[in-house]
Amino acid sequence: MPTMNMLQAINNALDIAMAEDDKVICFGEDVGVFGGVFRATSHLQEKYGKSRCFNTPLVEQGIIGFANGLAAQGSVPVAEIQFADYIFPAFDQIVNESAKFRYRSGDLFNVGGLTIRTPYGGGIAGGLYHSQSPEAYFTHTPGLKVVVPRNPYQAKGLLLAAIRDPDPVLFLEPKRLYRASVGEVPQEDYQLPIGEAEVIKEGTDMTLVGWGAQMEVIGKAVELAEEQGIACEVIDLRTLLPWDADTVVESVLKTGRLIVSHEAPLTGGFAGEIAATIQERCFLYLESPIARVTGLDTPFPLVLEKEYLPDHLKIFEAIRESVNF
Amino acid sequence: MTNYVHQPLFMTGDEFSMATFSLLDPEGELYEGAKEPDLPRDHARRLYQAMLATRILDERMMAAQRQGRLSFYMQSTGEEAAVVGATAALDDADMIMAQYREQGALMYRGFSIDEFMNQLFGNELDYGKGRQMPIHYGSRKLHYMTISSPLATQIPQATGYAYGQKLAGDGHCTLTFFGEGAASEGDFHAALNMASVHQVPVIFFCRNNGYAISTPSTEQFAADGIAPRAFGYHMHVIRVDGNDALAVYEATRQARQIAVEQNKPVLIEAMSYRLAAHSSSDDPSGYRAKSEEEAWRLKDPILRMQKWLLKKGWWSEEEETSQQETLRRDVLDTMKRAEKRSPPPLESLITDVYADITPELQRQFDQLKRHIRRYPEAYPRGARSLDLEVNTSTDSQGEA
Ligand SMILES: Cc1ncc(C[n+]2csc(CCOP(=O)(O)OP(=O)(O)O)c2C)c(N)n1
Repeated sequence: MPTMNMLQAINNALDIAMAEDDKVICFGEDVGVFGGVFRATSHLQEKYGKSRCFNTPLVEQGIIGFANGLAAQGSVPVAEIQFADYIFPAFDQIVNESAKFRYRSGDLFNVGGLTIRTPYGGGIAGGLYHSQSPEAYFTHTPGLKVVVPRNPYQAKGLLLAAIRDPDPVLFLEPKRLYRASVGEVPQEDYQLPIGEAEVIKEGTDMTLVGWGAQMEVIGKAVELAEEQGIACEVIDLRTLLPWDADTVVESVLKTGRLIVSHEAPLTGGFAGEIAATIQERCFLYLESPIARVTGLDTPFPLVLEKEYLPDHLKIFEAIRESVNF
Repeated sequence: MTNYVHQPLFMTGDEFSMATFSLLDPEGELYEGAKEPDLPRDHARRLYQAMLATRILDERMMAAQRQGRLSFYMQSTGEEAAVVGATAALDDADMIMAQYREQGALMYRGFSIDEFMNQLFGNELDYGKGRQMPIHYGSRKLHYMTISSPLATQIPQATGYAYGQKLAGDGHCTLTFFGEGAASEGDFHAALNMASVHQVPVIFFCRNNGYAISTPSTEQFAADGIAPRAFGYHMHVIRVDGNDALAVYEATRQARQIAVEQNKPVLIEAMSYRLAAHSSSDDPSGYRAKSEEEAWRLKDPILRMQKWLLKKGWWSEEEETSQQETLRRDVLDTMKRAEKRSPPPLESLITDVYADITPELQRQFDQLKRHIRRYPEAYPRGARSLDLEVNTSTDSQGEA
């Protein structure tokens, strides 16, 4: 099995999707001959031509509006927004249009072919405009699906599933891991299920839930906890909308403790949604309060990024507090 | 104004093409028929010195970035005349709202090398408190709005700011810089429309440098550049040779008059070329030919202005050499000082989010402090700010 980094896995998924279906069209700022500023679309223009892989003018609302129209026509657009921080000019097109196309037309029209890819997250010394984790704005939007892979294998399988999914999908790529996360990825076509969480590690004392780049951080915290004899169960949500509550419930019924971690600010963050659902469904089984380890309720900083980010030590402390509650 | 015709008449705009206003040829000679602007000696020297200083700062900081001393940098190379020429035509108290590649404007207005360095290194003296990437400068004193990375957001803000200036009746205007790429954003169109409808003293200054990262202007727009868009908004417009500081100066000077005296917006499109990479993270060899860059090097805006000044006897070879040496030394010395300074205090994480720190933020901050006290080695900057003992050899612990 070949080894790939996350960018190569994404590129490989796009290549497979484009080869299989000539309705698949990739576009965005700098994605053409240059292959995107992170090079996720490298060589696609060479292979599939300028009409199927191209640079757009610099206008995010245009990119997604165009993609909505294209998807409504029956094409399969995979639009790239260069950084998740710059998705907001397209917010109206995503939240009011992509998400509501099917509903408002009574399914006369839909934009199910649409996939929006965008790099998100911190840890790259990018300051407040190259580090945001905007997932929560979108998880508040019925009609969208929100998917976040954690490594190259997941990225390829989930992206292929997203492109073929009958609903519009926002695909958030943890850019800190683009080159840092390397692993075995099958050369052939495969899909991973959207809407299903994955139990990465089984354990009896405590459940840890996260997604994307936080999974690596959670992994490190769990190693520290195991040294103290605490057995953690680790769940990667993979899809935030619709999210797989059953898998988390099942785990918490067993462990009685839950910690959720994300990079975005605490207030209004997706961890709040998970905490509320789990306390509703597992109240009598909880042995300590559900804890959230997140970014601060501030914009993303630069110099003090390390202090800001939820890291393995902060998660480890939350584990200890939970166990000693 | 209904003007009927009785045969179908489709128009494309190809009927006219915009002329480019240019005064100096690449040899620093005035073109035939060109009229030298009224630019006194000292003003001309100030303009030139700011262009030169910008080039030197850029060269040094790019080298510093390559040495790993700086995380990121963006050069203005090739566009110094456009930026400094425009700034020199304003009143120093007019507002500038820039995109990010306009360090020349600050240089002209007297932002000190110390001030540049403090922002570039995000230290405790950085006005922005270490929150933004390098080059996102701001100066209230110099009427230069702090840079925001999301492109084009400053353009409608400039319309609003200038409308306020008009109401205040203070005789000032706002100039906003942006790239030809950013002019594709919806914000650009919203800004021009509102400015023309509401008769606002704002100057929209497009630096058309041919590229938006890797995207050439031929893939950015299908028309004859940005300037003709003004017609649709019934707005004054001029296209100018962006490598000719004198022409940029004169065009902007007159644009300012229109803005301030008639309360009308003006669009200026300066035609230039981004000689350097988009940023220190970019490599243009992946998307454009070296020969294209070389052709533009022959039109270097700094050499052109220098030649003109030398011919007039307003500048000398000796001044050129000593100015360059002084600046290089100054930049290096100042950089060494700025690098060593402390990071912004830990509290800067939670200040300025709101006018007052909210109870919830305070709670989060107290928790963070307790955590850092427990693991000072893992957060050397935070620990330093809390005066905790840290073994600095573990500074690089963790990823990033
Ligand atoms: C809204 C938004 N989208 C994308 C980006 C990423 N980005 C930063 S600079 C840039 C190119 C800008 O080109 P242009 O406006 O022509 O200015 P130049 O860099 O050529 O000076 C892009 C796409 C951004 N900062 N903001």
